[in-house]
Amino acid sequence: MTITDAKPIVSTRWALDDGHTLDRYLTTGGYEGLRAALRRPPGQVVEEVKAASLLGRGGAGFPAGVKWGFCPPGVFPRYLVVNGDESEPGTYKDRILMERDPHQLIEGVLIACYAVGLAQAFLYVRGEMALAQERIATALNEAYAAGYIGRNILGSDFSVDVVLHWGAGAYIVGEETALIESLEGSRGMPRLKPPYFPAAIGLYGQPTIVNNVETLSNLPWILSNGGAAFGALGAETSRGTRLFAVSGHVKKPGVFEVEFGVTTFRDLIESQLYGGGIRGGKDLKAFIPGGASAPWFYEEHLDLPLEAGAVGKAGSMLGSGAVVVMDSDTDVVKACHRLVRFFSRESCGKCTPCREGTGWLEKILRRIIEGQGRPSDLAMLLDVSDNISPGIAWPPRQTTICPLGPSAVSPIASALLRFREEFEAYVGGALESSVEVRGAAYGPKRVEVAAT
Amino acid sequence: MARFTSGNDVIAREIIDRYPVAKSAVIPLCHLAQEQDGHLADDALVQIGELVGITPAEVLGTASFYEMLKREPCGRYLVNVCTSISCHLMGGDELLHHAEQRLGVRAGATTADGLFTLEEYECQAACTEAPALQVNYRYFHNVTPADFDTLVDDLAAGRLADTIPPHGTLARIRQRIPSDRAAGAASPIGGAQPGWLTDSPALTDDGSNP
Amino acid sequence: MTDVKREVAVDTVSLTVNGAAVEAHKGQLVIDAADNAGIHIPRFCYHPRMKSVGMCRMCIVDIDTGRGPALQPACMIPVADGMVVDTLSESTKKAQDGVLEFLLINHPLDCPVCDKGGECPLQDNAYAFGPGESRFVEEKRHFEKPIPVSDLVLLDRERCILCDRCTRFARDVAGDAFIVFQERGGQTEVNTFPEHPFASYFSGNTVQICPVGALTAGPYRFRARPWDVEKDESTCTSCSFGCRITVEASRDEVIRRQGVDLDPVNWGWMCDKGRFDFDAMNASERLRTPLVRDGAAAREATWSEAIGRAADALRPALDGGADRVAVLGGARLTNEAAYTWAKLAKGVLGTDNVDCQLADGLPPEVVFGLPRATIDDACADGGTVLLLAPDIKEEVPVLFLRLRDAVLAHGVKVVELTPQSTSMTPLAAASLRYRPGEAAVVARLLGGGDGGGLSIDGDVSAARELLRGATRLTIVLGRPSIGESAATIVDAVGALLGGFPDAHVLTVLRRANVHGALDMGLTPGLLPGHVTIDAGRDWFTEAWGRVPAATGLDATGILAAAAEGKIDTLVLLGADPIADFPDHQLARTALDTVGTVIAVDVLPNASTALAHVVLPAAGPSEEAGTTTNLEGRVLTVAQKVTPAGTARADWHIAAELAFRLGHDLGLESIGGIWDEIERLAPSYAGLTVDIVRRAADRDGALMPIDEAQLAELDGARVTIASQRHRVDAGSATAANRAAAAESQEERQADELAAEAEQSDDEGKGVARGASTSQARPPLLSFAPPATATELPAVDAYGLRLVVSRTLYDNGTLNQHSPSIAGLARVACLRLNPADLARLGLDATATVEVSSVRGSLTLDAVADDRIPPGSAGIYTNHEGADPADLLDVHAPVTTIHIGTKS
Ligand SMILES: Cc1cc2nc3c(=O)[nH]c(=O)nc-3n(C[C@H](O)[C@H](O)[C@H](O)COP(=O)(O)O)c2cc1C
Ligand code: SF4
Ligand code: FES
Repeated sequence: MTITDAKPIVSTRWALDDGHTLDRYLTTGGYEGLRAALRRPPGQVVEEVKAASLLGRGGAGFPAGVKWGFCPPGVFPRYLVVNGDESEPGTYKDRILMERDPHQLIEGVLIACYAVGLAQAFLYVRGEMALAQERIATALNEAYAAGYIGRNILGSDFSVDVVLHWGAGAYIVGEETALIESLEGSRGMPRLKPPYFPAAIGLYGQPTIVNNVETLSNLPWILSNGGAAFGALGAETSRGTRLFAVSGHVKKPGVFEVEFGVTTFRDLIESQLYGGGIRGGKDLKAFIPGGASAPWFYEEHLDLPLEAGAVGKAGSMLGSGAVVVMDSDTDVVKACHRLVRFFSRESCGKCTPCREGTGWLEKILRRIIEGQGRPSDLAMLLDVSDNISPGIAWPPRQTTICPLGPSAVSPIASALLRFREEFEAYVGGALESSVEVRGAAYGPKRVEVAAT
Repeated sequence: MARFTSGNDVIAREIIDRYPVAKSAVIPLCHLAQEQDGHLADDALVQIGELVGITPAEVLGTASFYEMLKREPCGRYLVNVCTSISCHLMGGDELLHHAEQRLGVRAGATTADGLFTLEEYECQAACTEAPALQVNYRYFHNVTPADFDTLVDDLAAGRLADTIPPHGTLARIRQRIPSDRAAGAASPIGGAQPGWLTDSPALTDDGSNP
Repeated sequence: MTDVKREVAVDTVSLTVNGAAVEAHKGQLVIDAADNAGIHIPRFCYHPRMKSVGMCRMCIVDIDTGRGPALQPACMIPVADGMVVDTLSESTKKAQDGVLEFLLINHPLDCPVCDKGGECPLQDNAYAFGPGESRFVEEKRHFEKPIPVSDLVLLDRERCILCDRCTRFARDVAGDAFIVFQERGGQTEVNTFPEHPFASYFSGNTVQICPVGALTAGPYRFRARPWDVEKDESTCTSCSFGCRITVEASRDEVIRRQGVDLDPVNWGWMCDKGRFDFDAMNASERLRTPLVRDGAAAREATWSEAIGRAADALRPALDGGADRVAVLGGARLTNEAAYTWAKLAKGVLGTDNVDCQLADGLPPEVVFGLPRATIDDACADGGTVLLLAPDIKEEVPVLFLRLRDAVLAHGVKVVELTPQSTSMTPLAAASLRYRPGEAAVVARLLGGGDGGGLSIDGDVSAARELLRGATRLTIVLGRPSIGESAATIVDAVGALLGGFPDAHVLTVLRRANVHGALDMGLTPGLLPGHVTIDAGRDWFTEAWGRVPAATGLDATGILAAAAEGKIDTLVLLGADPIADFPDHQLARTALDTVGTVIAVDVLPNASTALAHVVLPAAGPSEEAGTTTNLEGRVLTVAQKVTPAGTARADWHIAAELAFRLGHDLGLESIGGIWDEIERLAPSYAGLTVDIVRRAADRDGALMPIDEAQLAELDGARVTIASQRHRVDAGSATAANRAAAAESQEERQADELAAEAEQSDDEGKGVARGASTSQARPPLLSFAPPATATELPAVDAYGLRLVVSRTLYDNGTLNQHSPSIAGLARVACLRLNPADLARLGLDATATVEVSSVRGSLTLDAVADDRIPPGSAGIYTNHEGADPADLLDVHAPVTTIHIGTKS
């Protein structure tokens, strides 16, 4: 076990009943990070965040400071869009951050705007989160009144409006270019990157920084305590602490802030501090390490640290910090269907392979579960998957614009290759496939990857 | 009713003013219309188009992309039972089945009294509290069939009216940007480098403006 | 020189496509670069005239930019030096097969009954790339059967592959976002808003660019199969813009027109009127036999008898009665026919009472006497356009598309000067209103002069700054309202040129070949090729034997003279003054008074009903030749079907009449006529049959022809840039297309060449003259009028009348076209809401409108496009016509409103 005693950074006020109020926020160190930031030139704030090596917490895990540097010089205005669209199955952390500590997020937003010269910020909150919207609206109103947002913040010539915007139900809008389309009042359909890297061509065609709620929530602490202090926590490129939601068949599901890059999956799932082990005395069958689109992990991966590089090498990702645990009784065919159904329902419909392919995959799986499957369906699942994500590799290659289509392939490849006999039992025949699968996590147990 | 009341018209314009480009207000205005009427009537879509300067078809194109925006009236209480992966593993399917029995409608339908619309929903970001459901986007965690029955009874009896507004109303608190504090929407056209983006700090060490 | 964009220096990039070295322009997309190298990458969503969206994924190919091959959409990725593209790799093939299979799983297998069958990219690609059998056993997506999205277009959502072409066209090209994607993911569909149809003047384009049979044109549905259709390239003659098109016929009947991508003109687009109004030619009312009238009733006659009657009526002109003969119209004719008629009227009959415009145009010295601009000049990057013109969307619709694109994508600034808001107003950088008749007042202000204390709407000084700062200024010039006289616009032109002497002019006169007819001399005072009678007297007398003694009457003068009994014989060349002349009273009196009216026309109308001799003429696609568009571009028109009944080509009718009058015009073929035009008409010098033929296969020839164009036309047959219009991604496979284009080019070339051979074979070459004894006469030029038109004082109780057109109206062709007829609207009186309120009228009031000339009963409607103090009535709408109120001799018309008792 590698549980550390690192202090929490972003979840410090979760236990407080009034942690969301300005009063409580101010008595617990609130807006000190902003003051610290404004006492430095903007460029130094960027350096501080770079020094922290804060990885984006929205899924792609790109270093925040580096991303900020991608805004083309001399092109203004620049915008900030906060990605609070949290919708990926298994993912649950941004909502708590927004409900229980909205000022922390707002302070992070202000620090980012100051550092990068962002002229306006939009807080895009998932539509289905009514309480988060209310808490943020209240916090914004309080902060405006108190002079933390708006014109001449804290008496300085730093001025920025933070606008609360909320969605209306569409997972794909969490993808940053779709988020921008949606914020422009359009259908949330992703744009092709390149050329539409938001930092260069984003909202209204202007340079735009898109950051996740958790990413930004780290900034007040980093500015108050220094990038070096943040960077001192964690391992490899995975620095600071990170939130993980542990759900599924564990005794104590919950959202935990742990030291990033050090703590292992076993800690998270089995430790009494966290998941508390598999419920009902059953065994672990599989777990999803980073949200619905991540290839599954198994027992042999339990001792991997929650470190981006190591998990990537093993063939999956930490993604959005969602660990979903399946016990030995789980019907993986049904679990697989449930994940694929999500992507087929949530496809934006822009790319042919995703729009048609994910729906087709879902229909095949449903047919199998309903007892209408054929042995040839199993090969077809892989072949159709291969047409969406050629080579069924990791990281995925794609015939689509964004990674949503290929995301539907992960559960199929994971479940079908690892638990083929369960599929074969449904269809009454053997899997015969000529599709070559290149994802490291896919297939029968491979002991070698467990030893890290 | 379908066009905005005069009060909502004021709010609508206030919302539009916050954005550098009016069209960005489409979704917020759809929510406002839905808050007013419970769903999106054709007239509302037409008016939103007028307000932001796009065609009704474009408004519909955007609105129909999003699950929460309903073209048809739905029940006073929209009950969304999550059956995505974590809830599925923890009994979400069974809960949905129970809900169908209890309400006497299949998922996707509205009860005859117009009180409840039941939907099978994807992940609601409550995965560690599975199975979860939402009523008008208010959360209920770790819901057992018995909890469900109590919930339905309470809703029907109006005992939760204070915490759960009728379908259409999301946040009951609006953002209000006081005009004397507003920095103003940043137009994408002809923007200059922000004044504070210099080599010197915005505040001195004692916190005053240098 | 015709294509500004082509002149932009292009950096060249070298890449490898399927092992071969390929050169491409910097910034060019891989898919275009491959096309140019003859390598076809399959595609559905990509369209060269629209922004790529990269959503169908059919064009994904292996592209290696140094980091190893990766599947990328060729329609989104610009070329880069050293890039390696492999369109044949295993992974490319597998991915493309996969995309096709995905597209087909929800596509119905109804090719045998689908209009698109046989010319369907999906079908073609399925054969070329598809896996064959479908593994999809699930239920396909179902939608209600075809739904009409507009009066002209039907949508079959089951067939739709969601390529975003129609929706992108509607939003980005036409600015009519009435069809959009709705719902999401696998449920996505294209549809309209309830009760808001896809009412766009450009809806037919979506049918053409739909890569499957999801959008079909009502008029074409089930009419023909691609394999029994023959097509030729031609030019649309519904207005003067000159859209390049294909005309398709089956069993000697035109059944379809489609746009061809002519880079300097229409980019493949058409308006719906141009696309669909050909069905008027098949109307049962079509004039098929000559008619003569003895007394009240007209009867059918033989050609011999009818021509004889006409010749008899014209004969007195030969013996000193030239002034008592007049010819009105001719804008419908080809250049060749217009020339033949000009030669008959001016060279044989000796009359100069000839006018192809019906008081709705501009004097020829304004059209030709100023430095002219091309469409591309007006639309090129960073230019400035001053619009003193009618609503171009209503009159020359595809110019609206070009100018809209120029504003939105090329930074062109438009300053508009009009008496009412137009379709361009929302796109204009500055839009100024002037009170009808007073364009010159604002023009003087813009030019820096004095406005005489008149108050002006809008920000004149901002507009003036824009115009002053312009590096390249194009005045798009026409008649903003035919409720004010041409003279008021000529005044304004004079004032503008005073302020902006370097401006170039693009005239927007609406009638089909009006620019060509003016070129050919169908206008008083001019001989063919922009030469005044005086300047060209010797040159043309030598060639023709005779020219008119002096400048004759224009349309207004002709009708006024006729009304006074001074015209014995009036020839109407496709003109219907009764319906089409802005002053009804004058037109009616004139036609009632004239001794003999000879009408040469294709369809019956109010004026043919009064004619004593009616000669049925060949219509569009029934007569070959050339036309000249509003920028002076000479384009070929193809004969695709035989003329209806015994109808004859217009030039033929003129030659026959001359013959009956004892004169041989010496014109026996289209090629022969062209030879004579090239030889005699100075502005056409050098534009030989051979050049016209070669140009037809390219961008047409811009006259007057210059060395640069000649050099370009002598060069390689197809260059990278001009190849564009050969690639119509919306239909047929590349191979089919190339073959069709080849055979058609050959056919057209052969036709023209054969005809040229028949004609007299004098020497050829630019420097050649009509004879050795004459120098080529000089071209006319514009001199601003010395005194301004005098305007009446503003009448505080009256409203100044604005008379404008809409695309669909009660015009003869429109009304005989089953596709278009239903789209015309009922006349109304358009008033600014403030005036409506001031007059105490509610929105549905029926009012009595009167002028000094007459009165009309109309419904008043609120229309904020009309400024306070003015009133708008559309001409040629059902129920009432403003021509009943107009006096063409007055510069403006003031109306008064009384409520209907
Ligand atoms: C299909 C899809 C869904 C996504 N959903 C979310 C989301 O709900 N929230 C989020 O923060 N990022 C989401 N992302 C990642 C964003 O595109 C983007 O990388 C992120 O918001 C950047 O913020 P960060 O750098 O702070 O992590 C999603 C990406 C994809 C491809
Ligand atoms: S992959 Fe799917 S979700 Fe992503 S852009 Fe394409 S269709 Fe939309
Ligand atoms: S994705 Fe390139 S043509 Fe459709």
